[in-house]
Amino acid sequence: MNMPFYVSPEQLMKDRADYARKGIARGRSVVVLAYDGGIAFVAENPSRALHKISEIYDRIAFAAVGKYNEFENLRVAGVRYADLRGYSYDRSDVTARGLANAYAQTLGTVFTQESKPYEVEIVVAEVGTSSELDQIYRLTYDGSVDDERGFVAMGGQAESITTALTERWRPGLTLAQALALAVEVLAQDPVGGEPRALGPDQLEVAVLDRQRERRLFRRIAGPLVERLLSPSDPTDDVPHVDDARPGSHDTVGEDPPA
Amino acid sequence: MAGVLAARGNVRVAVLPKPGRVTPMSPSRVVRVSDSLGPSGRLPRAYLVPGQASFADFLSAHDPHLLPSGRALPPGMVPEAPHGTTIVAVEFAGGAVMAGDRRATMGSMIAHREIEKVFGTDEYSCVGIAGAAGLAIELVKLFQVELEHYEKIEGTLLSLEGKANRLATMIRGNLGMAMQGLAVVPLFAGYDVDTGQGRIYSYDVTGGCYAERHHHSVGSGSLFARGSLKKLWRPGLDAAGAVRTAVEALYDAADDDSATGGPDLDRRIYPVVGVVDAEGYRRVDEATMQGVVDAVVQGRRVDPGGATPGPVREGTP
Repeated sequence: MNMPFYVSPEQLMKDRADYARKGIARGRSVVVLAYDGGIAFVAENPSRALHKISEIYDRIAFAAVGKYNEFENLRVAGVRYADLRGYSYDRSDVTARGLANAYAQTLGTVFTQESKPYEVEIVVAEVGTSSELDQIYRLTYDGSVDDERGFVAMGGQAESITTALTERWRPGLTLAQALALAVEVLAQDPVGGEPRALGPDQLEVAVLDRQRERRLFRRIAGPLVERLLSPSDPTDDVPHVDDARPGSHDTVGEDPPA
Repeated sequence: MAGVLAARGNVRVAVLPKPGRVTPMSPSRVVRVSDSLGPSGRLPRAYLVPGQASFADFLSAHDPHLLPSGRALPPGMVPEAPHGTTIVAVEFAGGAVMAGDRRATMGSMIAHREIEKVFGTDEYSCVGIAGAAGLAIELVKLFQVELEHYEKIEGTLLSLEGKANRLATMIRGNLGMAMQGLAVVPLFAGYDVDTGQGRIYSYDVTGGCYAERHHHSVGSGSLFARGSLKKLWRPGLDAAGAVRTAVEALYDAADDDSATGGPDLDRRIYPVVGVVDAEGYRRVDEATMQGVVDAVVQGRRVDPGGATPGPVREGTP
C-alpha cells in the first residue's frame, strides 16, 4: 500500500518562506528613513524607467524590493485602492494604515493559498504634519506588518544595513545627512571589505516633502542628489517649489539652481 | 502591531423601498459600499490586473455604480434639479482663460447664487460645466481623478488631446442620462506643453469633441456671450486682456439671459475665472477679480452695450 503523501504545515510554510526570502535577498537594497522635513527613499537602482519607489497618493509613497512584476502589480493595486477611496470619500480619508492593511491581507492570502508566494517586501510610508506623525509600515512576503520608527532597510544586505542604521540614525537629520547616511550604509560591504562607490546614476532617490501642498512625493534628479551628497556643497534640502519648465513635475532638481 | 490593523469585512447596505411605495426598479436593490475589499480583506483580483491606466475604466469594471453614468434611472420624469448656466473660454498668446458665472437655476428659481463651475483638473487644464450641476460636478471629480491616476500609473502626463478625448468618453457614457434630461455639457481648456499654446475643446451630449478656435461659450447664456466674444476678442491678447474679455462676455450673457448671474457687487460674488498657461492652472484671486468687475461695470454705466473702445483693447487691467 502506498503511504499517503504528507507534508506537515510547518514544513510547507517554512519551504515557502525560504523560497520568498531567497528571492528577496537576491536584489539590491532599499532604505527608507525619516529626516526633519519628511521621509526619504533611497534605492540602489541603475534603471531610470523601472522604479522601486513610487507615489501612491498625496502623502503616501511606496517602496519595494524583490520581483519587479509582482511589486509593480501591488503598486498599481495600491494606486487604485487609494484613488477609489479618495474618490468615494475624501482625499483626507486615504491613509497608509488602510493601505498597509489591504496589502497585508493580500500578501497573507497569496502566501497561504496560492502555489507560489510573492517574492517581495514593501514599505508603505505616510508623511505626517510633524515628524511624530510620520508612519512607516513594512510588509513582508507572508503578510506580516511592522510599524517602524525612523528607518527601514529591505532586500539584499538588509540585516547589516539595519544594524548600521540602528547605530547611526537619529531623529532630526537634515535631508543631506540622511542621504549621506543611506548611501554609506548601502555601499558598505557586509563582510568588512572596502565599501563600493555609489554615484547618483546608480541611485533612485525620492522624498515625501512635508513642506509642500497636496501631492508631496517628488523624485530627486541626479544633479541635485550629487549636490546633496557633496560635503562641500551647502545644499541640504530639496526646493519646495517645482522647476519652472512646463511639463511633468514629478522630479525636482532638473533645472540648474538660479 | 497586528492588533492595530483590524481586518475590514465586506460591508453590505441594503436600501429598502419606502413602505407603501412600489419602486419600478429591481426588487432587491443592494448597494455595495464603494471600496469593499474581498471577503478576507484582500485586494480583489480587479485591482491586480495589469495594463489598465484609466480610473474610469477600472471603476466601470469593478464598481460601476460609482460612475456618474452607471446608474439606471427609474422611468418617468426627472424632478427639477439645479442647472449650471454660462461658461466662456478665451485663448490668449500662450494660454487660455475660462470663466463661469455663479448662478445655478432650477426652473425659474435661482437654486444657488455662488456655485463654482470652473475647476482646475490637473496642472495644465481646466473644465467649466453647464447642464445638470450635480451630475456635472461628479463628472469633473471623476475626470480629475482620471488624470492624476494616469499620471501615477504611467509616470507621464497625458497629452492635451488625450485629456480632451478622455473627457469625451465620459460625456458619451452619460448619453442615457442626457436623454432623460440630465445633460452635461462641459468646456475644456488647457495648455499644450508640447506646442506652448492654449487650446479650447467643446463637447456635445453624444460625446463629440471639437477643437475651438480662439474662444467659445456653452450654457444658456452662450448665444449672447458668443456674440460678445466675437466682437471683443483680438489676436495677441495677454492673460489680463483675456480675463477682461471673458468677464465682458459673461456680463453680456447675464444682461440678456435670466439664468446667467451678473456680478453681485453687494455680496462681492464675482465670476470664477481660471487661467492656464506655461505656469500651470491658477484661479484669479478675489482682489484682482474685484478690480476687473469694477472696471467692466463702470464702463457699462457710461455705455450699457460695451461697444465703446475701452481698456479691453489695451489689454488692461
